[in-house]
Amino acid sequence: MKVFGEIRHEQVKIGGESGKAYSSLRSTDLFSAAAIMGILALIVINKAGGLIYNRTFGDGLNQLGTNDYLVLAGTFHGVHAITTRLSPIKPQQQVGADGIPGRPDPPSGLEVLETENFWLQCFNTLTGTKFLLFTDTLQTNVDIAMRKVYDLYADYVTKNPFYQLENPIRCDTFDRKLNSYIRETNNAR
Amino acid sequence: MSASKAARVGEEIWKGRVDKVNAELVVLTYGTIVAQLCKDFDSDYVQVNKQLDKMGYNIGLRLIEDYLAKSNTMRRCSNFRETADMLAKVGFKIFLNITPTVTNWTSDNKQFSLVFEENPLADFVELPDDGRAQDELWYSNIFCGVLRGALEMVQMQVEAHFISDVLRGNDTTEMRVSLIRYIDDELPPEDD
Repeated sequence: MKVFGEIRHEQVKIGGESGKAYSSLRSTDLFSAAAIMGILALIVINKAGGLIYNRTFGDGLNQLGTNDYLVLAGTFHGVHAITTRLSPIKPQQQVGADGIPGRPDPPSGLEVLETENFWLQCFNTLTGTKFLLFTDTLQTNVDIAMRKVYDLYADYVTKNPFYQLENPIRCDTFDRKLNSYIRETNNAR
Repeated sequence: MSASKAARVGEEIWKGRVDKVNAELVVLTYGTIVAQLCKDFDSDYVQVNKQLDKMGYNIGLRLIEDYLAKSNTMRRCSNFRETADMLAKVGFKIFLNITPTVTNWTSDNKQFSLVFEENPLADFVELPDDGRAQDELWYSNIFCGVLRGALEMVQMQVEAHFISDVLRGNDTTEMRVSLIRYIDDELPPEDD
């Protein structure tokens, strides 16, 4: 399912006047520097909805507070779960060629979120980890970048024996490889 | 994905996307681990089997991401038969360059055997002749754990154990894998 929509300031202010934690999530604030291009940020959310990684790429990008990132991750996780249940089409029971009742594909939920200023692509791995890439609206080949990020994660995070699964990612090599890949991609534009 | 396509995918990834490592290194490393465990647990082979399974489980939890990333798997298997084929023809292929045979399905399609014609872990190995190892030690038990861990991460609870091993003098090396259930997150019952 793809969700397209202009998210405007008024609609996103979920918490209203009292919702301080949300007020900084206005889309117009997140990446206001128009000159910055390419892949802007990466967020990784574990299968329980906890934030395990967040980075912005390039100077002059707005940063949220740590707490806001945590709230963003949790909220996104919840919204994603809701979007998996929105489909009005009933999943069909598939029967394979050999007559074995199949396991229907799970509903994908939110994959893309587009706003005036940025594009957010969500990749939900089969293990339930979510990768959120924020790019500018003109970025192409986000899928390829996403695969590459997942490759790096599989190599430098999960294969690091001292990384505890589902916990915040603190792996220098992953940081370095990720940074150099993103820089390369962004410079190529 | 059909079995023949799975075999092709496995072959492709093995050729193009996998760093190879000297087989002796693997054999010796694994052999040392098992031998050390036997020493540490005073030849309590039941414990050794359990530890190997546990170690495998922890490997499986991590290895699955590498499997998914390398095989570029975007959708889950549509039934357990497909899972078995992918395990044997892609998983074992890309990590060990072997393709165990999938066979002996039960009629409910929830249990199958993997028969290992070759087993890189067991090259050069002879079990200790203390009269018990031959009956109690499952030398390659780490595989069971790997499968259990990896499949658990993709929402399948399975049980895996060896039922025969050429190291014990059996004709074949055979592992039995049973699907216990699919772990689909279910919503708590609604309040009425």
